[in-house]
Amino acid sequence: MNATGPIQIETKKLNVRYNGNHILKDVNITIPKQKITAIIGPSGCGKTTLLKSFNRLLELRENVRITGEILVDGVNILNPGLFVPDIRKKMGLLSQRPYPLPMSIYENVAYGLRIHNSLTKAEIDARVEHNLKEAGIWREVKDRLHDPATELSVGQQQRLCVARATAVQPEILLCDEPTSALDPIAAKQIEKLLVQLKKDYTVVLVTHTLRQAKRVADHVIFLYFGKVMEQGPAEEVFTNPQDPETQAYLKGDIS
Amino acid sequence: MNKRVLEQNIFKALMIISVGIVIGSLVFIVGTIIVNGAFSITLEMLTQTSSGGYYLGRGGGILNAILGSLLLALPATALAYLIGIGISLFLQREFLHPKIASLIRMSLDILWGIPSIIYGIFCLMIMVALGIGASLIAGIVALTLLEIPIITRSMDESIKMVPIGLKEGSYSLGSTKFETAIKVVRRQARPGIIAGVLLGLGRGIGDAASILFTAGFSDSIPASLSDSTAALPTMIYHLYSSPIPAVREKAYAAAFILMVIVTIISILSRRMTRKSMRYIIK
Amino acid sequence: MEKRLLRDFIGTKLMLGITIVISVLFFIIFFILLARSIPLLGEASLQEILFSSLWNPEKGSFGLAGILVGTILVTGISLLIAIPISLLCAIYISEYAHERIRHILRPFLDVLAGVPSVVYGLCAFIVLVPFTRDYLAPMFGVESTGLCVFTAAFILAIMVFPIIISLCIECFSAIPIELKEASLSIGATKWETVKKVIFKASRPSIISAILLGFGRAFGETIAVNMVVGGVPKIPGNLFNPAQTLASLIASAYGEMMSVPLYESALMFVALLLFIVVVIFNILGVLFLRRSRRRYRS
Repeated sequence: MNATGPIQIETKKLNVRYNGNHILKDVNITIPKQKITAIIGPSGCGKTTLLKSFNRLLELRENVRITGEILVDGVNILNPGLFVPDIRKKMGLLSQRPYPLPMSIYENVAYGLRIHNSLTKAEIDARVEHNLKEAGIWREVKDRLHDPATELSVGQQQRLCVARATAVQPEILLCDEPTSALDPIAAKQIEKLLVQLKKDYTVVLVTHTLRQAKRVADHVIFLYFGKVMEQGPAEEVFTNPQDPETQAYLKGDIS
Repeated sequence: MNKRVLEQNIFKALMIISVGIVIGSLVFIVGTIIVNGAFSITLEMLTQTSSGGYYLGRGGGILNAILGSLLLALPATALAYLIGIGISLFLQREFLHPKIASLIRMSLDILWGIPSIIYGIFCLMIMVALGIGASLIAGIVALTLLEIPIITRSMDESIKMVPIGLKEGSYSLGSTKFETAIKVVRRQARPGIIAGVLLGLGRGIGDAASILFTAGFSDSIPASLSDSTAALPTMIYHLYSSPIPAVREKAYAAAFILMVIVTIISILSRRMTRKSMRYIIK
Repeated sequence: MEKRLLRDFIGTKLMLGITIVISVLFFIIFFILLARSIPLLGEASLQEILFSSLWNPEKGSFGLAGILVGTILVTGISLLIAIPISLLCAIYISEYAHERIRHILRPFLDVLAGVPSVVYGLCAFIVLVPFTRDYLAPMFGVESTGLCVFTAAFILAIMVFPIIISLCIECFSAIPIELKEASLSIGATKWETVKKVIFKASRPSIISAILLGFGRAFGETIAVNMVVGGVPKIPGNLFNPAQTLASLIASAYGEMMSVPLYESALMFVALLLFIVVVIFNILGVLFLRRSRRRYRS
C-alpha cells in the first residue's frame, strides 16, 4: 500500500549488489513527507543498505552496484551528473553509534554551517543555540560549548548528532537504529525527539526492535532478505498484515 | 559551491602529481641501476675478485664484494636472530610485566632508529680498545648490533598476535613457559618470524655505514675472521666517483647485484607476512 | 622431570640476560660516545665548537657551525619537499584510489623503503648531480658542481617518502568509516572531509610521521655523503657544497687516527647526532603510540 499524503522519497526497481551479493531486490517503496517511516525486518536484510542508498553513502564502499531509481521530490538522485554533497545535505544521518567529529561541541554543530553558508559569528552562534535547543541538549551543554564533544555521554552525543544534522536544514532525517547503543532513558529521549522533529522533517527510521516501531511509526516498510514484503500506514500493517512473512515477523516467529 | 568543487579539483590534481613523483622516484632509482649496471654484469665481473687496489684498480670483478657481503650479513643475521628470538619471546606477558615490556619495546624502537654509522663508530671504539683491526669479525658484530632491533621488533609483533588460548592449551598439557615459548609460540608465529629475519637481512646486506670502518676494504676474499673484507655497499661507496670508467663499472655492477638481492629478499619477506596473516587465529 | 625444570630455568635466565644487555645497549653507546668526546671538551670550549665555522682538525680548529648549518639546511629542505608530497600521496592512496590501484602502489612503497642508502647515493650521483650542474643551477644563474645542498636534500626527500606515506596511510585507514560518513552526510565534499575531519583525527600520527622522517633524514650518512660535496663551510646558496654531521663522520674515515683530537671531535659529532636522532625518535614513537591507542579495534 502506498503512502497517504505527499511523497518525499520514492524508489523504483532499486537493486543493490555488494561484492556480488544481491542485497536489495527490486525495491519499490514510497516514503511520506513529514511522517516517521519505520523500516523493519530481521537483521542483515538490507535495511541499513536501503537507508544509506538514499543519501548515496553506499558508494563509499568498494564493489557496490546500484541500479534503478531513487526519486526525491521527483528528482532521480542516482543521476550521475548531480553534485552529491548537495544531495546529502538534504538528508541528515543518525548512526547506530554516535560519531562526534573530533572537535568541540560548538564546532560539531557549526561544521555544516561553515561549509555551506558564509555567516557571521553571531549568526552561527544563534543557529548553534537553536539547533542544540531543538535537540533538547542546550541546557546541558550551554556552559561548555567549547569542550571536546567526546566528553559527553553517549546519549548526549547522539543528541548532539541530531543537532549537527539539523543544522544544515535538511528535509529528511535518516536514522539507522539510533537508539541501539543507548540506555533506556537516553533512548526514550531520542524517540521523543524524533516524534517532535517529524513536524519539520521527514524521518526514516531503521529499527529492529518492533516495539520501537510500534511506538513511533506512522508508516511502515517491512524488508525481508532484501525484498519489500509489505508497506503501508503503521496501523494497517501492524493490526492487519497481509503478507505471511510479515505476520510471522510480527508474531515473533522470525527475528 | 563552485569554490568548493574548484578547491577539491585543485587538490586532486596535486595529489595525482604527488603520486606521480613518488612512482617516478622509484622508476628513477630502478631505471638508473638497471641502465648503468645491467651491462656491467659479465661473467668475469661476477667470478673474479678485484685487482689493482680500490679507487684506481681497474682489473678483475666484484666477487670479493659479493662473497664479503654474504660472509658478513649471513652470520650477523643468524646471530641477531638468536639474540632476537630470546628477547621477543621474553617480552610476552608470562615472562615480563607489560609495562616493563613496553619500555623495552620503546628502547628497541629507538635502537632501530639509530643511524648505522653510530653502530660502526661504537664497534670501532671497541675494536681500538681491544687492538683489533678492520676485520670480518668486527663487521659481523657491527651488523649484528644493527640488525638486532629490527629483527627483534618484527618478530615481537608476530609473537604478540599468538592467541592466549593457544598458549593456555599448551600449559594445560603440562608444558613449562619456556617450552611453550620455544615449541608452540615460535611455531605459530613462524611466518612472521621469518619475515622479520628477512627484513633484518635485507637491511644488513645493504648497509654501508656500519661496516665502513669495521670491515675495512680489500681486494681479496677474506680467508679468516681477522681479514678485512669488501662488501657490495662499500664497493659502491669507494668506487662510485673514480675517474676511471672501468672502476665505476664495478660500482654499478655491485649496485645492480645488491638491488637484485634486496628486491628478492623484500618479495620473500612480503610473502611471509601475507602467509602469517593466514595463520592468525581469529 | 628435573632436566626439564633445569632447561626451563636456564632458558628463562638466558632470555632475561640477553634482554637486559640489549635494553641497556642504548645507554652503553651513549656513555662510550660521551666518554670519548670529553678530551675534545677539555681542549676547546663548547661555545667555540658550536659557533665557530672554522673546521680544520689538523690545525686544531673544531668549529662545527658550518656543518650544523649544512645539516639543518639539507634536512630541513628535504622535509619541506617530502612532507607535502607524502601527505598528498597518502591521502590519495587511502581515500581516493581504487582498491586495485592501492594494491599496486603498496609494493612500490615497500621497494622504495628497502633500497639501500648507497644505491640512493649512487643514483643521485649518476643522474641528479649532472642535472643540477648542467640545468638546474644555471637556471638560477649559479655555477655548481652538482655536489651541493640541493642534490643531497632532494635524494633525502625521496628516501623519506616511504616512511611518512606508510605511517599516514596506516593512520588514515584506521579512522572509522562512520566518522567520514558523518561528515559526508552533512553535505561536505570528500576533500572537505579530509581537510577538516581526517587531518584533525590523524594529527598525532602525522606529527609522529614527520618526527620519525626527520630523524631518518638527520641521521642519513652515506647517500648524503656521496653528493653533498663535503665542504664544512656555511654554504652561500643551495647549489654550493656543504657538509652534514653524519656525512662528516663517514668522510673522516682513515684520517682520524693520525690526529689526536680529531677522533675525540668525531666522537662528539657522533654524540650530537645520536642525541638529536634519539630525541626525535622518542617523540615520534610516543606520538605514534598515542595515535594507535585512539583507534585500537
